[in-house]
Amino acid sequence: MMEHVGASLIYLLDPFVLAFAGIYAVMALGLNVQWGYTGQFNIGVAGFFAAGAYTSAILTTAPTDNHLGGFALPIVVGLAGAVVVSGLLALLIGLITIRLREDYLAIATIGLAEIIRLTLKNEDWLSNGTRGVFAIPHPFQGMPANERNLAYFILVAVVVVGLYLLLERARRAPWGRALRALRERESAALAAGKNVDRFRLEAFVLGSAVMGLGGGLYAHFAGFISPEVFEPMFGTFIIWVMLIVGGAGNGKGAILGAFIIWWLYTFTTGLISMAPVKYATQLGALRVMLVGAVLIAILLWRPDGLLPESRDVGGGRRK
Amino acid sequence: MLTDILQLLIYGILLGSVIALGAVGVSLIFGILRFAHFAHGDLMTAGAYFALFFMTATGASIWLAFPFAVMGAILVALAFDRVVYRRLRRTRPVILLIASIGVAFILRNAVLAIWGPDITVYESGIKPPLRFLGLRIKEDQIAIIIGAVLLVVLLSLFLQRTRMGKAMRAMADDPDLARITGIDTDRVILWTWVIGAGLAAAGGVFLALDTRLQPTLGWYILLAIFAATILGGIGKPYGAIAGAMVVGISAELGAGLPGVFGADWSLTSYKPAITFLLMVAMLLWRPQGLIGGKA
Repeated sequence: MMEHVGASLIYLLDPFVLAFAGIYAVMALGLNVQWGYTGQFNIGVAGFFAAGAYTSAILTTAPTDNHLGGFALPIVVGLAGAVVVSGLLALLIGLITIRLREDYLAIATIGLAEIIRLTLKNEDWLSNGTRGVFAIPHPFQGMPANERNLAYFILVAVVVVGLYLLLERARRAPWGRALRALRERESAALAAGKNVDRFRLEAFVLGSAVMGLGGGLYAHFAGFISPEVFEPMFGTFIIWVMLIVGGAGNGKGAILGAFIIWWLYTFTTGLISMAPVKYATQLGALRVMLVGAVLIAILLWRPDGLLPESRDVGGGRRK
Repeated sequence: MLTDILQLLIYGILLGSVIALGAVGVSLIFGILRFAHFAHGDLMTAGAYFALFFMTATGASIWLAFPFAVMGAILVALAFDRVVYRRLRRTRPVILLIASIGVAFILRNAVLAIWGPDITVYESGIKPPLRFLGLRIKEDQIAIIIGAVLLVVLLSLFLQRTRMGKAMRAMADDPDLARITGIDTDRVILWTWVIGAGLAAAGGVFLALDTRLQPTLGWYILLAIFAATILGGIGKPYGAIAGAMVVGISAELGAGLPGVFGADWSLTSYKPAITFLLMVAMLLWRPQGLIGGKA
């Protein structure tokens, strides 16, 4: 028993686990722009996640009859494509839904994410249906498994830190302050002459483009994607839990939350491996219940998250 | 061809009946507690599985198990209200919405943990459908439609004739106004969960009877329920029922009509998408619902 716990704990520092946590941190940072900065209730994260992952996969895999492409382009081009496609998708969806009230936006975005998933599941010519896209190239293909994972984790870590600095700068800039203003009181932002709809749309597109980047990073690390990956649990819900546990509005919180929840989830996987195989599904369900319970506990007892949003937004005078 | 269209209409009414039983609760909760209850679909699933539990434990028929399922779902809803929702009522409604997503995942996975992932049915064996005028309908399906109509009549008697029913409608319509007229809000909220969860369990049992039991049973119908609620105008139980019929019928017609007119493609796998597009159009065009009401 204790050995298993120990082994599970050590496993948490495995580059393989860390890289996935880092990829989720990218998603959480994207969601933070929408929910944390702007108060946009997007529960269709999985849609942009999927759009990014499939775009990058289709652009970079070798030509095949299984799905559209592959175009055998460099991975950098694939990732750029992921950002562009998910950003454009967000622009299209945003133009239609951006004025909706937060609870309506929630219902609309989850519906769109499900439509994207249904499309990927049913349109074989595009995405190879339920069989998914495989043989997605890895940037460090030649290396032994361990070093390859470590190298990828470093790559992801660089992306996370870079994104954090960029988004933090945006938050402190007049642009970020305007988002915050319209989140707190739309009428005031409007009265101050801000084009509220435009700011909202920009935040929605930026956040979704970041999620698309996360999707691309996921595809090249996992090597295989299928519509199942983008079901609401791992495509959307867990990312929301990460952001809320870490602290919405705070980039550091988003990153911390991603690691804590991914660790919690992975740690319980390690424990489950001790149990007989026939109970695997049931025990897996208990882990999801645990994630749900953590979310509710945080909402009840620490609603601002572990690292609450900083009141210092840059500019202006502080008391 | 006319027969085929009538057949699709019957399926649409059947689907609409199940959606209606969910949508009444969502509409009342939305109106009274001010949040979109994302765990409602999974409450339906829980109800469906409670019936299965009672049947396997006692060997009783589905109709004897029915009240047990309703009671079970009501208790679950009241427990979550006590432990989670009630404590968050003073915060913004969106926090309740997020919490309800958490509750949804907890419920669905509790069902998965207890009953496992396998797809099951209440009673095995194939019953041939009844036929008349070239139309096919199963006995179970007739029972579902009759059951739904009975429940709606009971609901309507409750809402129109009892003091509590009137208070609920008043509060769903304008909570602030209702509060200052001295309505006991805590009791109204309690009854909202009783009615909402009871009807949800009924919908879940009917849906499982018509299709099959699986842990994602209610989750997959949740978007259709939201669509019906919005179509009917939030906080309006009768509107929700009308909305459910529109959603159910248009989903079945949309999926089946191309085939009726000889198309070699079908939209069956996109049924949820049809519902959804209807809802988005509605949100943009008339967010207050088809028949008036508040936005």
